[in-house]
This record gives sequence, structure tokens and C-alpha cells, in this order.
Amino acid sequence: MNRRGALFSLGAMAAAAATPVRALEMKGYPTDMSMDPAFLPRPAIHGGSFQVLTADIDRRTVTAVFDRLIPADDLGASASEAGCVEFLDMQLAGPFGEGASLYRKGPKLPNEDELAQTPQFIETPRERYATGLAALEAFAQKTEGASFADLPEPRQDAILKGMEDGTVDLGPDVNTKAFFELMLINVREGYFSDPIYGGNKDMVGWKMIGFPGARYDYRLYADRTGEDLGLEPVSLIPRD
Amino acid sequence: MTTKRQKADVVIVGLGWSGALMAEELTRAGLNVVAIDRGAWTDTSTHTPPSVDPDELRWSQRKELLSPPRDNTATFRNTLDQTAIPTRNWGVFELGGGVGGAGFHWAGMGWRFSPWDFEVRKQTIERYGLAKAEDGELQLQDWGVTYDELEPFYDRWERIAGVSGRAGVIKGEKTGVGNPFEGSRSRDYPTPALKTLRAMELFNDATNRMGLNPFTIPTANLSEPYVNPLGVSMGACSYCGFCLYFGCGNFSKSSPQACIFPVLMRRPNFTVLTKSCVTRLTKANDGKTVTGAVYVDEQGNEVEQPADIVILTAFMMDNTRILLHSGISKPYDPRDQTGVVGRNFTFQTVSGTDMWFEDDNINPFIGAGALGSQIDDYNGDNFDHSDLDFIGGAGILTLSRDGLPIAKANALPPGTQRWGSEFKKSYAKYYRNYATIFNQGCSMPTKTGYMDLDPNFKDKFGVPLLRLTYDYAQSDRNMAKFTMDRSLEIAREMGASHVNGFNFADKPFTTAIVASDHVIGGVPMGADRPTSAVNPYLQSWDCHNLFVVGASAFPTNAGYNPTGTVGALAIRTARAIADTYVKNPGALVEG
Ligand SMILES: Cc1cc2nc3c(=O)[nH]c(=O)nc-3n(C[C@H](O)[C@H](O)[C@H](O)COP(=O)(O)OP(=O)(O)OC[C@H]3O[C@@H](n4cnc5c(N)ncnc54)[C@H](O)[C@@H]3O)c2cc1C
Ligand code: SF4
Repeated sequence: MNRRGALFSLGAMAAAAATPVRALEMKGYPTDMSMDPAFLPRPAIHGGSFQVLTADIDRRTVTAVFDRLIPADDLGASASEAGCVEFLDMQLAGPFGEGASLYRKGPKLPNEDELAQTPQFIETPRERYATGLAALEAFAQKTEGASFADLPEPRQDAILKGMEDGTVDLGPDVNTKAFFELMLINVREGYFSDPIYGGNKDMVGWKMIGFPGARYDYRLYADRTGEDLGLEPVSLIPRD
Repeated sequence: MTTKRQKADVVIVGLGWSGALMAEELTRAGLNVVAIDRGAWTDTSTHTPPSVDPDELRWSQRKELLSPPRDNTATFRNTLDQTAIPTRNWGVFELGGGVGGAGFHWAGMGWRFSPWDFEVRKQTIERYGLAKAEDGELQLQDWGVTYDELEPFYDRWERIAGVSGRAGVIKGEKTGVGNPFEGSRSRDYPTPALKTLRAMELFNDATNRMGLNPFTIPTANLSEPYVNPLGVSMGACSYCGFCLYFGCGNFSKSSPQACIFPVLMRRPNFTVLTKSCVTRLTKANDGKTVTGAVYVDEQGNEVEQPADIVILTAFMMDNTRILLHSGISKPYDPRDQTGVVGRNFTFQTVSGTDMWFEDDNINPFIGAGALGSQIDDYNGDNFDHSDLDFIGGAGILTLSRDGLPIAKANALPPGTQRWGSEFKKSYAKYYRNYATIFNQGCSMPTKTGYMDLDPNFKDKFGVPLLRLTYDYAQSDRNMAKFTMDRSLEIAREMGASHVNGFNFADKPFTTAIVASDHVIGGVPMGADRPTSAVNPYLQSWDCHNLFVVGASAFPTNAGYNPTGTVGALAIRTARAIADTYVKNPGALVEG
């Protein structure tokens, strides 16, 4: 930096020779303004055949759990009626199921959950469902002598409550509380996400709470503070 | 083998708000600038138009615009004797995934810090005595720049971003509206404040009755169409509510993409290398300057970009990590408080109150990422701390942006069953009757709050992860409790039927739960060389052609979001380089 004269070569870049380097080099504003295909909405169409929840028993357990977490009642359809089981299957088949966003390098340290104040996992959600569903079924067989899906609803509720508050332990392979929370967040995602992902059928979740969905402009309504606006929801799926 | 590119005048590492503002100033000054960013090109019309944007699962739950922990995370521990753990899932590190950085998916609160925030140490000693500033735990130090020195650059940043708000103090005179506690402004905001929505009405009425001073938060969500000084057009915010974690399909949320790239990218003396991650800087033999940046491109090739001036704008994490990994300046040692790199990590000390109303219609789906009302009566040193066991305070605010139905499904009155028919009934009622008060508190550095390189965990390039050691200062804990109690009073005055106070600082700090995204410090600025890594122009004390720009430079953190101050500091630094440094390369400040 003491050769001042050689510095700060205004305009020199214009003459820069191509280097043998394959960086994605950009000069000028991109002229292609079409949608990046990777960013287009990705409708999830299930088509009936399951990709991850392939075992009948796993599907029955998930359906039973989801329908206790979000049951059918006068406020609307149950989770499975709203498509949440298919939703989960498709989520587990994709990047979410693979834990694609997680930092998964080992080892998992003994103090991780305590320091983090929330459980951490090296396992993927897909692996956690496989282990968790098997352990839940084994627990039902051991304590009740029947499949979880075949238990009376009050008994199912009692087991779920125990998983939630930590009084039910599904064994050493499963963080039971965390598995309950995983199922709870996934069923809510299915029930309240855009129907484009296979759940929230007929926007049942959105109608239940009064969320108008994929609308993008509320300027006409913003001044009507405190009013029930009665807006029908819309989704990313074209209407016809 | 490392290949070498042709030398540039300036290499900029990271093209978020900091890098884009620097690049705009320096290319305008005629320098040829190469920016390197690890992200892919990401823009409004190509990536987040209105037909794509309103999708909670994809953008807010799965966070597909962000850089995942898999690629960019850090380890953390509370105390020196613990083994640090990696942050494996989403938490406080919600970094941008594309070129443009976090300024694309941010909320857009467009703040200035108050004059006090730049001189916490000096003013605390003056007003309350030395013991209050030096309690044995705190490590207070001043910025070496004052609010008044920064004011013109705040003004410039607000003009570029088009910030919507209402001035409270102009040229020393209170306007009678806006925030009466703010530092004096040279003029009003470029665009008027956004509308007042229902949660804000309730908050404004209650705080007015209580003799407090509510005002609308300044937003980088624009209230009306606007053309910024660079000639870039922006649109009006449509209160779509898909804002924080989302792009903006209306060109109304300020971002490097919406405000700067349309002009910057057209300049012939500007180049950007995308999908290229800088791992270290190269040093000259005499150790007094740096010679360039080394990056790994998408194919895994290692490439060097030589330059006469090197600017780190890679966010506080990689600003700190790159310096440590390159062996530039002395790492901080918490045992004797010597060394500068990694020093003074701070955060945001958050408490607040969740509130439920009975028969209102908050209509939370109408909103914008930054929209809300705030009082600053308990922020900074705006109230007397003589009889209080802490310094600083919090911006106490309510938000009009809480309408995402998956994210809000846990926001039910305490004691409500979280599933089953009881959940459905409660959520059907309270989704539209929930609001929150969020106390965005200051964060004061401690002697043992710092960053270094983790001895165990590495990233995909084999570079050690940053290791963060931190827990809240007792002063901040006391502050969070005090402000939580104030927010509970406000919530009751607002007429809430159920209130539930929360306080992240009554537990140890964790990176795994997102109390705030504002991780701060590591390359502190200051006028005092032994305690700062960069001088008041963000120039490295040790390598005069290296500038380290971003919230990494804040030696203390205020009760406001950081980006306005990041922007002002970046513009000030760029002007100092263009006006002074290029004419006479060397230290801009004696130290
Ligand atoms: C969810 C969220 C909400 C927020 N809301 C607000 C708000 O309302 N108001 C506010 O003031 N602030 C807010 N912030 C903070 C704000 O986003 C940051 O202050 C701001 O984006 C910082 O800009 P920056 O350019 O310094 O860093 P960044 O935006 O992080 O940009 C850094 C750039 O450097 C690149 N990079 C990093 N490391 C490397 C490397 N090693 N090699 C190459 N490239 C690299 C990144 O890809 C990125 O493009 C929010 C942050 C988050 C995450
Ligand atoms: S709320 Fe406004 S600024 Fe935010 S994304 Fe929607 S239109 Fe854009």
C-alpha cells in the first residue's frame, strides 16, 4: 500500500481479462427477469401412495394421534380429514424429513439439551418418526395389549398427555416429550399451512380462526380497525 | 492450489446492507470493486413475487430464504468451564441465504440509536458515579463516535431505505408528535408513518392514559411510493403481513435488492462473485496490511481475490471468524481482558407480556414486519436509574404483525390445553384477540462474553465454527424484570382479559431459542486502541487497509434494532475511504 500511484485504477475492471476461474461472476443487472424455477410454488400432490409412512401400522398410529391432537368437532374436520397424514408423509419425504437444514455433525455432546434449553437432534425427523412411532406402538402393546390406534379415545388422550408432560416414557431410543412436540407442530403445520401442501383441506384451519390466507393487499381494510371483516380465505391453489 | 484473480481496488466480503452501502459509495467514487458473497443471487421478481410470497410453511416455518444451520452455525456455552455445543437447528442465527443477506427477509424496523447509546460508560459515570459503570462484571466502553457525528449518515441511510416515520425532534425542537426522546434529527423521515392498526390503538390509548409517550415505530416498510436518492423506485406497503422471514413482492420493504442493487449492478466498475465463501484473508509480509481474500467457489476451488483495500461486511459472525482464522489482531482473552478480536459480544435482552382480549378484532393478519407502537420512556437513560439496580432499558413496543396461523398456534391464554377440542375452541376465539408487548432491551458487554474459534466443531470447509461464550449481565437481567413489570401494567391498562409476562433473561442465555436475531460485537470500534479492534472509522488498528463493517463494531448494544446504525456507520466509513484514505493510505486515526 505504499505504491500509491499504482492504486485505485479507475475503470481498470473494464479491461479485465477473463480469468481461468469458475466463480459465478456477475456484472450488470441480470436481464432474465423470469421466475427462478426453484422458487415457483411447489404443489404437493399425494396421489394415494405413501412414500415414508409405508407401513400400515405407522399410518394408523399417526392418524390416531393426529385426530386426538386436532379432532373432528363442531369447529371443523379432524386432522386426518383435512389431509394432515398425507401432508406429513410428503414433508417427511422431502428436505424437512431429511433434516436438510440441520447441523448434524457429531458427536452429540452430553450437555447439549441442557445448555440449549431445548432438545437437539442429530437424527433426521424421518428417523425420529420411525423410532418414535415404533416405540409408541410397543408402549401401547405392552401396557394395554392393543395397538395405539385401537385404544379408546380417553386412553389415547391419557398417553398423549403423559408424553406431553413427561410422565410417559417411550424408552431409551426416544426423547418422548420432544417426539410429542414434533407431532404437535407437524399436525398444526398440516392444518394451518396453505392447502397447496396437502393439508388444510377446503381451508378448514383458516376458516376456523378467521385467517384470510394468501391475500397480499389489505390497504382497503386497514382503516377498519376492530371490525370483523368477514374475509373469505384464498389459497395459492388456483380457484378453477 | 489457489488460483489468483486480477487485483481489484477494493474487495468486499459479503453483500448485505453493509456491503451494498459500501459498494455503492466506493463505486460512485470511481474505485473498482469486487464483492464476494456465499449466497446465490436472490431478487424480488425472480424469487419472491406476490404469487410466491404468502406461504407461511415455506418461508416462515422452513425458512427457505435463510442460510441453514447446516451451512452456517456457531457453538455456544454460558461459562468458560463448559464445553460449547453446536446450535443444530434454527435459533438466534437467522442469516440471509442469498446475496443481499438478512436485509431481504428482515422485519424492517428502521431505528437510530439514542445519543446515550454511544457513550454509555462516560455518561453512566457522569450521572451515577464509577461504581455503577464498573460493577465487576460489566465491560463498558464508548464507541469513539457520537450521535451528532453520525446524524448525517443516519439521514443518508434513511433516504436510501425510504424509512417511514414521524420525527419527534427536529433541530433540537420537539415536534409534539413522534418520539420525544430521540436524538435531534436534521429533518423528518422521507415518507410518513404507516397506519395505526388495532393493537397499536389499544397500546396508544393505554400508554397515553398512563402519561407515557407512544409513537409509531419507524419502518423500512414504506407507507407510500418513493424514489430514493439513487433514483430507485419503491412501492407502497400493502400490509400483507408476510414480511418477517419473507421477501416483499411489492418492492416496499427496503433491502439491498430493492434499494441499491438496481443502480449498483449497472456500474461497470462493480463485479459480484456469488456462491463463493471467503474463508480467510491474506496478509502482507510486514503484517501491516492485508493483500486480499481467499474464497471457495461452488465447485470447491480455492481462489484468491487480491485487492488494495479489503472490507469485511460478512455479518458479525464471519467478520469475527475470518479475523480469528486469518490471525489478524490479538484474540480476546477473557481471563485478563486483553486482546480485541471476539471481544464484547452482546445480544438483546428481551422480556414482555402476551395479552388476550375478549371481544375485540385485532385482525393480526393485517400488518407489516416492523409495524407497531413503542414507548421510549423506559429506554436508554430516559429515566432516572439512581435507585435502580441496572443501567439502560428497553423499547417497549406492541406489534401489528402477528397473524401467521402456524406460528401463533401456541399463543393461547396460560393453562389452555394445547391440543384437542379445547385447543380448537380457544384458538378459534383468540387468534383474532391476541397481541403482545415486546421489550427490546439493551445488552451490556461483560468481561466473559466473547467469541473465539471452537476447538471441536468445524463447518463444511473445515474451518472451525465460531464459539460463543455468553450469559446475560446481572444489570440486564434486572432491567428485563423491571421492563416486564412495566409491560404488564400497560397490558392491564389495555384491557386484556388474560396477561402473561415473559422474560428470556430469567434463564441462562441460549442460541437455540430465538429471543432476538441481534447478535452483536466481536470486532468492537473505539478511540482506545487496547480495547478496540477497529478505530472510529471501522479501520483495523493493525492493518490500515482493512475495514470491518457491521454490528460486529458495536461495543455495547441498545434497546433498538441495529440496522440503521449499521447503515450509518457503513456510509461514514465508505466516505472516509473515498475522501481521505485513497488519497493518503494509512491510519485515519492516531492510536
Ligand atoms: C429475522 C431477522 C429480522 C430482523 N429484523 C430487523 C429489524 O426489524 N430491524 C433491524 O434494524 N434489523 C433487523 N435485523 C437485523 C438485520 O437483518 C441485520 O442488521 C442486517 O441485515 C445486517 O446487515 P449486514 O450487511 O451487516 O449483514 P448480513 O445481512 O448478514 O449480510 C452479510 C452478507 O455476507 C455474506 N457472507 C457472510 N459470510 C460470508 C463469507 N464468509 N464469505 C462470503 N460471503 C459471506 C452473506 O451471504 C450475506 O449476504 C433482523 C435480522 C433477522 C435475521
Ligand atoms: S408487509 Fe408490506 S413491506 Fe412487508 S412484505 Fe408485505 S407489502 Fe412488503
